[in-house]
Amino acid sequence: MSVIIILVIVGIVVAGLFLLGFIWAVKSGQYDDMYSPSVRILFDNDKDILSSEEETDITENDNSEINYKI
Amino acid sequence: MGLPCIHCGEDCGNHPIIWDDKPFCCNGCSTVYQILNQNKLSKYYDIQPMSGIKVEQVDLGDKYAYIENEEIKEKLLDFSDGGISKITLFIPTIHCASCIWLLENLYTLNPNIITSSVNFPKKIVSITFKDDHISLRQVVELLVSIHYVPEITLDQLDKKDSSISERSLLLKIGISGFSFMNVMLYNFPEYLPGGDELSNMFTRFFGIMSLILALPVVIYCANDYYLSAYKGLKHKMVNIDVPITLGIVTLFLQSTYEVITANGIGYMDSLIGLVLFLLIGKWYQGKTYQALSFERDYKSYFPVAVTKVMDGNTETLPLSKLKLSDRILIRNQEIIPADSLLLKGDANIDYSFVTGESIPVSKKIGESIFAGGRQVGSSIEIEVVKDVEQSYLTQLWNQDSSGTKSQAQLVSIINRVSEYFTVIILLIATIAAVYWLIFDPSLALFAFTSVLIIACPCALALTVPFTFGSTMRQFGRRGFYLKNTDVIEKLRKIDTIIFDKTGTITINSTMKSQFIGSQLSNDQLSSIKALAYNSSHPLSATIAESIKISNSSNQTVKNYKEIPSLGISGEVNGVQINMGSSKFVTGKDDMNPNSTNVYVFMGDRVLGYFKIENSYRKGLVDVIAALSKKFALFLLSGDNEAERNNLAPLFGSESNLKFNQSPADKMDFVSKQKSLGNKVLMIGDGLNDAGALMESDVGLTIADDIYSFSPACDGIIESSKFEKLPDFINFTKTSILIVILSFIISFIYNFIGLFFAVQGNLSPLIAAILMPISSVSVVAFATFSISTLSKRLIS
Repeated sequence: MSVIIILVIVGIVVAGLFLLGFIWAVKSGQYDDMYSPSVRILFDNDKDILSSEEETDITENDNSEINYKI
Repeated sequence: MGLPCIHCGEDCGNHPIIWDDKPFCCNGCSTVYQILNQNKLSKYYDIQPMSGIKVEQVDLGDKYAYIENEEIKEKLLDFSDGGISKITLFIPTIHCASCIWLLENLYTLNPNIITSSVNFPKKIVSITFKDDHISLRQVVELLVSIHYVPEITLDQLDKKDSSISERSLLLKIGISGFSFMNVMLYNFPEYLPGGDELSNMFTRFFGIMSLILALPVVIYCANDYYLSAYKGLKHKMVNIDVPITLGIVTLFLQSTYEVITANGIGYMDSLIGLVLFLLIGKWYQGKTYQALSFERDYKSYFPVAVTKVMDGNTETLPLSKLKLSDRILIRNQEIIPADSLLLKGDANIDYSFVTGESIPVSKKIGESIFAGGRQVGSSIEIEVVKDVEQSYLTQLWNQDSSGTKSQAQLVSIINRVSEYFTVIILLIATIAAVYWLIFDPSLALFAFTSVLIIACPCALALTVPFTFGSTMRQFGRRGFYLKNTDVIEKLRKIDTIIFDKTGTITINSTMKSQFIGSQLSNDQLSSIKALAYNSSHPLSATIAESIKISNSSNQTVKNYKEIPSLGISGEVNGVQINMGSSKFVTGKDDMNPNSTNVYVFMGDRVLGYFKIENSYRKGLVDVIAALSKKFALFLLSGDNEAERNNLAPLFGSESNLKFNQSPADKMDFVSKQKSLGNKVLMIGDGLNDAGALMESDVGLTIADDIYSFSPACDGIIESSKFEKLPDFINFTKTSILIVILSFIISFIYNFIGLFFAVQGNLSPLIAAILMPISSVSVVAFATFSISTLSKRLIS
C-alpha cells in the first residue's frame, strides 16, 4: 500500500510541472490577448510565398541575362 | 444606389472612382487599395471583404511633425536601443481579422519594420522598427496612409500597463486550482465508507501534503481579501471581506491544528475550494471592456504638442511647455489647447466636442477663443491668455479631485448585508460556545470554529459578482457599456434624470431644414442644391441633402465664392445666387435670432430662408414618456430657447427646461439636485457636460462611435440603442431582485450548515459537500436567470 505515497509524490511533481508551465504562460503575456492568436493561426504564412516569388523573379532575370550574353 | 466601395463598403454614389476595374467611393479608399495591391497585400480584402476604414481626408502635411521632438518621442517609445525601437500605438479603428493581418504584415510595406503585433481586445499594435532607417514619424505616417490612424494623446504618454494586475489574478486562480485538485484527491478516501479505517500513516501523510499545498493559497492567493477587510475595518465598515477573512483564517487554523495533532485531515479542500470560487467570481466581474475608456480627461483630447511661432520661425514644443502669451499656430482640424486671443487668420471654430453643436462659430481678430474648439479651414495664429490647466473647460475637468464619487458614500447592498451577517454569525458562534461550555466543554471551541467555518459567506460573496457581472455582459451585448459593476446598483437608485440637449437628444450629424418664404420652383431648388454642393459647411450639406431633386449634378456653378462665416455665392445657369447669414444676404440683422437660418438671394430678390433644426433621436418621445412615469426629468441646454415649444410638452412642465446653461451652470444644477436628496443620472455627450457627468451619481455618455472620444463617465451607450434606455434602467431593478433571491438561497445553505455546526458535529465531509454546492447553485441561478430575463425584458 505504501506505493501510494510514491504515486502521490510523482503525481504532484507532474502536476507541478504543468503549474509551472501555466505560470510561465501567464507571465510571458500569453493570456493578455485571448482573441488575436485565434485569428492569427488561420493566416497563411505569406512570407514564404513572397520570397519564393522573388526567387523565381531573380532566376528569370538571371536566365535572361545569360541569354543576352549568348 | 451605386456600388459598394471595394475598400470600405460604403455606397459609391453615381460617380465611383474606378481603379483596377473596381469601384471606390473616394480617392482615399482607392489610394489605400493601390498601396496594398502594389505590395501584394490585397489578401486584406479576402479575409474580410470591404474591411477598410474610410478616412475623409488624408492630408498629412506637418500634422505629425511634433513626433520628431525628442522629448515627445522618448515618452512615446516603449524601448529604444542600438538602432531598434519599439512603440505601442492605440488604433481605435481596429475592428476585424483583416486589420490584424494587415497590421502584422507591415514589414511588407516597409522592410525597416521588424515585427508588429496586434492586441485585438485593447486595439493596440506594437511595432518594432529599425530607427536609424525609419523615423517614428514615418512609422506613424505609414499607418495613416493605410487609414489606420493611431490616437496619440497626452494621457497615453504617462500610461501604465494594466495587464499586470490581470496577470496576478490569473496566477492566483491557477495556483489555487492546482492546490484544490490535489487536496481533493488526498481528502477523498476520508469521505468513502470505511475511510476511518485508513491507516494512520496515510492520514498523517495526506494531512501534511494538504497543509503544504494550502499554504500558498492562504498566504498568496487570498491576500487581497485580508487587505480589503483590513481597509474596511479601518474605515469602520464591515464589508463582505471581513466574514470571508474570518472564515478563511478559522478554517486554516482549525485544519492546521487537526493535522499537527494528528486528529484528522482537516478542512483544507473546502478552504482552497472557497478561495478558488471567490477568485473566479472576481475574474468574472472584473472582465471589462478593455478598449473603452471611461477615465478620460482633457489630456486624452488635447494635442500632444503645439507649434509655437517665434520671430517668424515655427518650433514644435510639448504642450506642457506652453506658456502664457506664447504665440501658436493652429492648422486646419487642430484643437485649441488653451484659452487664447485670435491674432491672425479666419477662425472658424468647431465646438462640436465641447457643446455638441456641429456648426462652426466664426471669430474675428482680437476675439477670445475657448480651449477645446477645433479650427476648420485655414491656419490661424493665436496668443495664449490662460494656462492649459487654468482654461475654462480644463478647470471643470480638474474639479474631479474633490472626489464627489467616493466609494465611502456608496453603501452597497452586499456591505449592508455583510454587516448584519457578521454580527449574527459571531453571536450564534458565541451562544453555541457558551452552551457547550456548560454541557460539554470539550466541544465548545470546536462548535465555535465550526460555526465560523460553515457560515463563511462564499455563496453570498459570489452572488454580486456573478449577477452584476452577467448583467454588465448582457448590457454590453446590447450596446450599453458600463465602467464597472457598481454602476448597476447606482443606476437602480436613480430618481432624477437630467438630459443634455444638443447631441444627446438631438442628432448632430443629421439636421433638417425647412424653407420659409415664397414657394420655390423645381428649377430654383436644383440651382440652390447645385450651389450648396460646392461647400463643405455643415449647413450647406444639410440644405443640399434636404432638396430631393436629382438632376442638379449637370448644373454648372460659375464664380463660386465661399466667404468664411458669412456664406456662399455663385452663378448657376446665369442667375446669381447668394446664400448665408442674414447680414450677408439681406444686409440686415437676423429677425429670427432664436433659430439657425440660411437666407437665399436669387437673381434680384431675397426669396426667404432655410430654417435649420436639429432632428431628435429616434424614439425620443417614447423614451421620455416611459421615463417620465418613474423619474423626474430635466433638460439642460447650452443653446437658446428656440426649441422650448417643441420640448415643453415632452418634459411636462416648463420649469424642467433650462436653456442658455453654461458648463458650470449644468454642474451647479446637478449638485443642487443632489443636495435636495435626489439621486441624479446625467446623460450628456460633450466636454461641456463633463463637469455635470462627474458631479452626478451616474453619468452616461451617448456616442455614435463608442471608441471615439467621450468625456469621463460611468457608462457609454451606443446612440442607436438610445430607445432602449428605459429598459436598461428598469433591468437594474431585476438584477437587484436576483441578488436578493440568491442571498436567500445561500442563507438556506448556511442555515443547514449551522444546524450541524452548533451541535458540534460538523464533519469535514459535510463542509466539503455543502460549500461547493451552495456556491455552484448560487452562481448557476444568478447567471442563468439574468441571461433569460434580459432576453425577455430588453428586447
